[in-house]
Amino acid sequence: MKWMKHDKLERNSLLLSGFIIVTVLIGGIVEIVPLFRQETVIEPVEGVRPYTPLELAGYNIYVREGCYNCHSQQIRPLRDEVVRYGHYSLAAESMYDHPFQWGSKRTGPDLARVGGKYSDEWQVAHLKEPRDLVPESIMPSYEFLLHRAAKLHDIHNHMKSLAAVGVPYGEEHIKMARKDATAQAIGEARTDTSGLQERYGDNVNARDFDGNPSMISEMDALVAYLQVLGTMVDFEAAKNVEGNE
Amino acid sequence: MTEDHKKDKDIDELSGVETTGHSWDGLQELNNPLPRWWVWVWIATIVWSVWYFVVYPAWPVPGGATEGTSGYTQFKELAESQQEIRDRQAAYLERFENASFEEIMNDEELYAFAMAGGKSAFKDNCATCHGTGAEGGMGYPNLNDDDWLWGGKLSDIYHTLRYGIRADNLDTRLSQMPAFGQDKLLDKQQINMVVDYVLSLSGHTDDAHHGGEYDPAEYLKAGAQIFQQQCASCHGPDAKGLHEFGAPNLTDAIWLFGGDRDTVFQTVYYSRAGMMPAWEGRLGDDTIRQLAVYIHELGGGAPDAAILPDEGLRNPAPLKSPEYEKTEDLDNDGEVLSVEPEVPLAEDAQNDMGVHE
Repeated sequence: MKWMKHDKLERNSLLLSGFIIVTVLIGGIVEIVPLFRQETVIEPVEGVRPYTPLELAGYNIYVREGCYNCHSQQIRPLRDEVVRYGHYSLAAESMYDHPFQWGSKRTGPDLARVGGKYSDEWQVAHLKEPRDLVPESIMPSYEFLLHRAAKLHDIHNHMKSLAAVGVPYGEEHIKMARKDATAQAIGEARTDTSGLQERYGDNVNARDFDGNPSMISEMDALVAYLQVLGTMVDFEAAKNVEGNE
Repeated sequence: MTEDHKKDKDIDELSGVETTGHSWDGLQELNNPLPRWWVWVWIATIVWSVWYFVVYPAWPVPGGATEGTSGYTQFKELAESQQEIRDRQAAYLERFENASFEEIMNDEELYAFAMAGGKSAFKDNCATCHGTGAEGGMGYPNLNDDDWLWGGKLSDIYHTLRYGIRADNLDTRLSQMPAFGQDKLLDKQQINMVVDYVLSLSGHTDDAHHGGEYDPAEYLKAGAQIFQQQCASCHGPDAKGLHEFGAPNLTDAIWLFGGDRDTVFQTVYYSRAGMMPAWEGRLGDDTIRQLAVYIHELGGGAPDAAILPDEGLRNPAPLKSPEYEKTEDLDNDGEVLSVEPEVPLAEDAQNDMGVHE
């Protein structure tokens, strides 16, 4: 059969390159182009907001310390995972994470819905010395987070970069970044958090997370981040959204 | 080029197959066609992929993706697998949903169902703070004993589980001990006095402060006075604690944050307030009820006059035959009756146990 002969392709490098390019292009276009339109991959869900500056600082610490190496942030739609961790993760819940922290390995438990599951005191004590609370834990100690000031002086630049890739931070958010971070770490009880709540919603956790009011530590930032994970979507309200029965 | 190639065409003598003209040290490359079986498998995968595109959601298209004729989604698969479990549990679950705590405690099947569900939910959700054996830790109450902060009846435990303690919930249990030192309600001397007094209530007098020049007895007396003025409204005049404030019993040997002098001093000076999350919304009501039963049954659950006979399932009272009841041996009869929990007995037990943390 003449048409099955491969001599022509194999003996003509230009022709071969041309065919390779055409093949890869077809595959690429079919797979990638539809995803350029976010709404085709992310179900619309109420409630997901960008991180507050303090939570974002915590997110940066989470990435810096490589938490994703041992903790995933994706609850798969499987029966036992839903029983253990709660409602399966929705794409919308990590749409403002750049990069996302889905992870691929669970040496420790999944953290997608760890927000509100434990008290701040527990989180701080556990990060300080995990074995105090979970004797069999092999997680490293992160006590130093208590003694390091959270890096907030450039947090507005992080927000600017995120805004450039589509996270809806407005000018106001970026301008007030450091004030919002401070207000959130000091807490509703001791300072005016109305600006923070106006920009990020009434449900923002604003309190002294690490129990040390004299400093905004990396512990404050990380615990603020952990306590918001998976809490943004109200699943009672989302029940009506198609596909989330 | 093809012309040249044709000229080079060379047929291998042994197999009669055309060669590619490549030769290495006399080894020639033959231009055999692909094995037939391989070609057929390849064609089959292409045919299969067409079938897959049609049956399953596959093609991303603007505005979504093709749904496929099977209507398969992972969400549906999850719902089906969850339904499968619900169906398997249905025999119990339906009755459990509609049963009161009283009915659960008096039905062997429902009780076992609650305990099994509670046990696994406890390991997943509660053990991280309260310990795998519910033994608690510094700041996290031991749930095996009969010392309760907010009450150890089933209904109390259910309320605590559902709404939490100082949690982000409208119905959460709420109380705040004043920071007597930090907020300058008492000076250090006065705090030392009251700490000495509080420690003496549970027999700890070894490391008492005494206040230097003061007579120890006077010192304690002053501490007792301060206690009655400042602390008794929540901890009770007898210091046995009050459930409605989550105020712990200070006369027993059980301490949530530690019973040494320094810790108690810090507690009075800065105050302490533990927090337990509200599980409403995170866990279903059935699971919360299972947990309530499980925790109640860990050993410290307080009897509830409304849910009697509470002991019925674990220690079934000896069955009495009619003949036995008619016996005239009053002593014997009395003994048997005394084993059975009755309403007044239960209430006594609850008061006597000092069910506070």
